[in-house]
Amino acid sequence: MNLILHHQKCSGCGACKLACSIANFLLIAPSRALLRIEGRFPSPGDYHIHVCDQCGACAEACPVDAIVLEDGVLRIHEADCIACHDCVKACPRNVMIIQPETGIPAKCILCGECVLACPREAIFFSCEDIAKECQ
Amino acid sequence: MFGYAGKILRINLTTREIVKDILPEKMCVEFIGGRGFVAKTLYEELPPGTHPFDENNLFIIATGPLSGHFLPASGKTHFGSKSPATGGYADSNMGGHFGPALKYAGYDMVVITGKAETPSFVFIEDDKIDIRPAAAYWGKGALTCEAMMKKDLGEDFQILTIGPAGEKKVNFACISHDFGRQAGRTGMGAVLGSKNIKAVAVKGTGSILAADVKKAFALGKEAFRKVSEKPGFKGWTPEGTAGITDWINEVGAFPARNFKTSHIGHSSMINGKKVLERLKITDKGCYCCPTPCGKYGHTQTILGSAFMEGPEFETISLFGGSCLLKTIEEVAYANYLCDELGIDTISGASTAAFAIECFEKGLIAEKDIGRPVEFGDLESVVHLLNLMGQRENSLGDLLSQGVKIASEKIKNGSEKFAIHVKGLEWTGYECRNAPSMMLAYMTADVGAHHNRAWVMGHDVVGAATNVHDLITGGTHNEKRPRAVISPEDSAQYVIESQHIRPAFDLLGCCRLQLMELGFEVENYAELYSVITGEKITWEDLIRVSEKVWNLTRMFWVREMKNFGRNMDYPPPRFYEELIPGGPCKGYGISLDDMDRLLDAYYAARGWDNNGLPTRETLERVGLAHMMEPLLKGN
Repeated sequence: MNLILHHQKCSGCGACKLACSIANFLLIAPSRALLRIEGRFPSPGDYHIHVCDQCGACAEACPVDAIVLEDGVLRIHEADCIACHDCVKACPRNVMIIQPETGIPAKCILCGECVLACPREAIFFSCEDIAKECQ
Repeated sequence: MFGYAGKILRINLTTREIVKDILPEKMCVEFIGGRGFVAKTLYEELPPGTHPFDENNLFIIATGPLSGHFLPASGKTHFGSKSPATGGYADSNMGGHFGPALKYAGYDMVVITGKAETPSFVFIEDDKIDIRPAAAYWGKGALTCEAMMKKDLGEDFQILTIGPAGEKKVNFACISHDFGRQAGRTGMGAVLGSKNIKAVAVKGTGSILAADVKKAFALGKEAFRKVSEKPGFKGWTPEGTAGITDWINEVGAFPARNFKTSHIGHSSMINGKKVLERLKITDKGCYCCPTPCGKYGHTQTILGSAFMEGPEFETISLFGGSCLLKTIEEVAYANYLCDELGIDTISGASTAAFAIECFEKGLIAEKDIGRPVEFGDLESVVHLLNLMGQRENSLGDLLSQGVKIASEKIKNGSEKFAIHVKGLEWTGYECRNAPSMMLAYMTADVGAHHNRAWVMGHDVVGAATNVHDLITGGTHNEKRPRAVISPEDSAQYVIESQHIRPAFDLLGCCRLQLMELGFEVENYAELYSVITGEKITWEDLIRVSEKVWNLTRMFWVREMKNFGRNMDYPPPRFYEELIPGGPCKGYGISLDDMDRLLDAYYAARGWDNNGLPTRETLERVGLAHMMEPLLKGN
């Protein structure tokens, strides 16, 4: 399953980022968000959403294979992580973070809270994927 | 207390002393936040009699307990100071993303005093606070400066900037943020400029606490859902505030030709639909806002092209109505110029319209302006904006002080059409057919501003209703208001609105979900209770709002000699001239009627006949202990 983006619908309100941080870390702290909104101002004057597309660059970069594909989602096994942050550096979307308390990285696990939070329907799951899930 | 960040940051620019104080819980309980914090701090900490440009004047940035939390439109930031525009109490607020970032950095409020020795900016990154040189930014436009600073500091910083007008202490210089949000009114940008501060940059990587974060998250989601189910969500959001343009014109409340009349013939060229057709690139939302008013776009005119946010209704009504610019592209270009110069579009447009009327009447000479100027001409308006925004010559210097001071110097009857109350230029509603709204402007505690109370619905259809339902419900032109509203009812509507709307300013979130869509106020009391862990009702919040209203009135009383009823009148144009044309032709409100409105208002507020809160009233609202020195002296 993947997140589909409608960049032109995004108004940059950041509700997705705040929901992400609360849902994943129980923290009201959008700096923890596992997605980014890029405001391109003054020109061209629009927003660009950056999310994890489960491309696998992080898993490839991990020297201890701590990032594992499970049910179509790449997850970090924190017990195996050595906090080298190679995965964070390798992320082509720059949407991984390092948790300051532990030094362990975090990445999107497709929890869908950003989809639910977006008041503009700028982020959603593809219908194809949802149909597959329902089967 | 939960909900708050927990600290006040105090910066003395003269001594470069930086102090982080614990936010007192008592202050949270008694004044909630935002505008309440501003009013309390100004009253208690500003030395009486301080000139707005004296280094002892305070520049306050305040958030509220709901700022930065997961709920619709939790991005409001409040600024407070003694106003250079009026010499009295001032707060001005803006949306955007600055307030939440400030809270994530750990601060509910920043109090800046003193004056930096050289042009500087305030740098806040979590615990790291610094006063840094701003020589590279000084002289730059407010939008240009923000772009430069984003590049230098990083995209994650939220930045307030001033333009050349703020640096040059234009009385209505504004604060800019996020390429198009402004704290426009009352000259906050000039106060920052007087302190040699070009910008404030903040980055917050921390978190704020809620008493029950899971419950608060669930309640926030529920609030977003409820807002999305309001009819106005789909009806109002596409055009935002610009969507009200045609309706206000149809009901004869559009400010035209420096408020000479109240209707224009070209509203279809400057309305919300034209913003979408001719300008818009993207919707641009404030923090967590599901109904973005901001329409970011691009305009092309004979004078050039520009990227800009807006224009919103007030800018449309003042540039398109009061200055009579003909197209939305021209209005947008004037909007852009104000944003880059760093002047309030409302006061800038009003001052330009005032100057054009002075020129038409022969009160200002062509040689002083540098060219002839006329209504409806973009080049004239742009020329005047540059004059006042840059204080380019003696006339620009005069106009930069606003229409009240300019008219006092120009004299010869110009005072009659200097459209202001208490020195603050009037916003986008002509009220000679709307007595309740007229009273709202007369008594607003920062001068002629609609954001304290908006009661056009009462005047036009005789009842409170949200704006979306109002503008989709017809114009009801057959029923004019004066026949159906008593001064006592008008006073009651205004007072209710003056308590409801500023209550949102205490909380640190936007009122437009209520005003435009009808999202019920009780939701906010519940959100406050879950986030802070302190039970509160909406009625409790309204009581605090009333206290703050009396406190700001007392600030005027303390700071201005002979303050009273005399400061609550609109300009003579509104009681000496009848509306000369349009759907409200022949309407007007006499001076006697204005006095009846004020009598009813003062009585309902518990103020004396001169508009001063009585001791009993101050005791009832819980302010008497703060007022003892003043009460003893009077």
